[in-house]
Amino acid sequence: MKIELINENTCILYLGEAINEQVAERVKWATDRIRNELTDVLVDVVPSYTSVLICYDLGRIDRFGIKARLRQALSGITSRDAGSALAREVEVPVYYGAEVALDLADISAHSGLSPEEVVAIHSETTYRVYAIGFSPGFAYLGNTDQRIAMPRKSTPRLRVPTGSLGIADTQTAIYPSCTPGGWQIIGRTPLKMIDWETDSLALMEVGDRVRFLPISREQFLDLGGCLHEL
Amino acid sequence: MSFEVLNPGMLSLLQDSGRHGYQHLGVTTGGPMDEHAFAWANHLLGNAPNAAQLEITYGMLSLRAEASTCIALTGADLDARLNGKAIKPWRTYRVCSGDHIEFSAPICGLRAYLAVVGGFSPTTKLGSCATVLREGLGGVNGTGAKLAKGNRLPFKPRRIDIDNRVPDWAIPDYNQPLAVGVILGYQHQSFPRTELMTLFSGCYEVSQNIDRMGYRLSGKPIHSNLDGIVSEGIAYGAIQIPADGQPIVLMKDRQTIGGYPKVGCLSALDAGQLAQRGPGSSVCFFPMDVAVAEAQRMIFNHRFSH
Repeated sequence: MKIELINENTCILYLGEAINEQVAERVKWATDRIRNELTDVLVDVVPSYTSVLICYDLGRIDRFGIKARLRQALSGITSRDAGSALAREVEVPVYYGAEVALDLADISAHSGLSPEEVVAIHSETTYRVYAIGFSPGFAYLGNTDQRIAMPRKSTPRLRVPTGSLGIADTQTAIYPSCTPGGWQIIGRTPLKMIDWETDSLALMEVGDRVRFLPISREQFLDLGGCLHEL
Repeated sequence: MSFEVLNPGMLSLLQDSGRHGYQHLGVTTGGPMDEHAFAWANHLLGNAPNAAQLEITYGMLSLRAEASTCIALTGADLDARLNGKAIKPWRTYRVCSGDHIEFSAPICGLRAYLAVVGGFSPTTKLGSCATVLREGLGGVNGTGAKLAKGNRLPFKPRRIDIDNRVPDWAIPDYNQPLAVGVILGYQHQSFPRTELMTLFSGCYEVSQNIDRMGYRLSGKPIHSNLDGIVSEGIAYGAIQIPADGQPIVLMKDRQTIGGYPKVGCLSALDAGQLAQRGPGSSVCFFPMDVAVAEAQRMIFNHRFSH
């Protein structure tokens, strides 16, 4: 564990170097501890794959204070074995039909597997939310099975429909809003990834575990899914 | 009562001190690009530090007052006029119902701040009215839109006479060449010493590619030993060095995480001075201890806490 000062009211906590489950577990644990123990001085906490950025209120604490408080709050981190008791489980229904799985044929060709096999492999994996960024609610999930991994499109789409589920190398993610993007689209969820009008705001947070549940076209429409949105 | 927008200008945005506490969901902060000018505008009127103001970039904005009030003007000199008479920034003005306030083009600096007594009463989204176009959050209607013709900026009318001005020593000259401190951090150790000496010895020019997300500079390229990094949280003022070696200073509407190597970070006050520079301006960097940045900010904050 390493704490570094970034500017007059920001520091960053590094909890490992490689992207893996163990480090993600530590990030999740540290983020929860920091939120609970340092509430009075926090402005923003930004967890990512291997780090946690902490923006604090300089009116309440200085650089010495924040380091001391962080060390105190995280003192148990090395002795703690990486359990997953705290991770939330999120189940996301996904329609993998060809009309919304815009790149399923390409992934199938790239992998040498049938579309059905690609979908089966994708939906059998339990994923972990490693980071959220790029746009509000855009969650980077890992790890996609190597057999169906595929690089981003060489020319990104100008508009990826809201709710599209994509693959980029060994990562997978859902587009929370209609934005440009280069991920290979494999399906679409009827769920809203972000909704600023509800208390939960976002469907996923860093550290969550995620499973995709294949649904039919009918179920997709029943759940409010939109086929034609672009 | 409100100001009616007769002409929205190039980029006029409602801003408070920013949308804090949601970066873990990928929501950026927004907020004033120049915190110094923003803080003084609210202070001159006795407003709360977070009171909503207009950030006017470049100019061309035209407003009509529908009630009497007092305003404060700080930041850039955008050749503003009150009923056709020139008004200078860094002081307050009395505005009467029917008055016209017009901004034309930059004389000095890039972004002006217009505050009204009590602040504008905006719609808030996630606790803030800070306008972020890319995210569709904040602004007059809460949808992230910049000001448009016909918008109304509501405020509570006050029969109050304020005559206040910012002391000379606190008024920056945005036409001067800029030197900003770099707090070394993040991946600075992946930059060989010679590369850091390059960064600290020459001058950089503000390029055409500047917006509320980032300021791209051009000058002698510097390179780290890394191609990319594992994406991590990006602080306001962080200096990202992409493969072409040209620094990008990340500003208020930056993405919350990113995977380019970073050499360090500016203080918020220095980043605010950079935000007043347009294309072609000169910027040089010097190393700054984080303790100095912290002390400067504490002194700054102390002034506004009374």
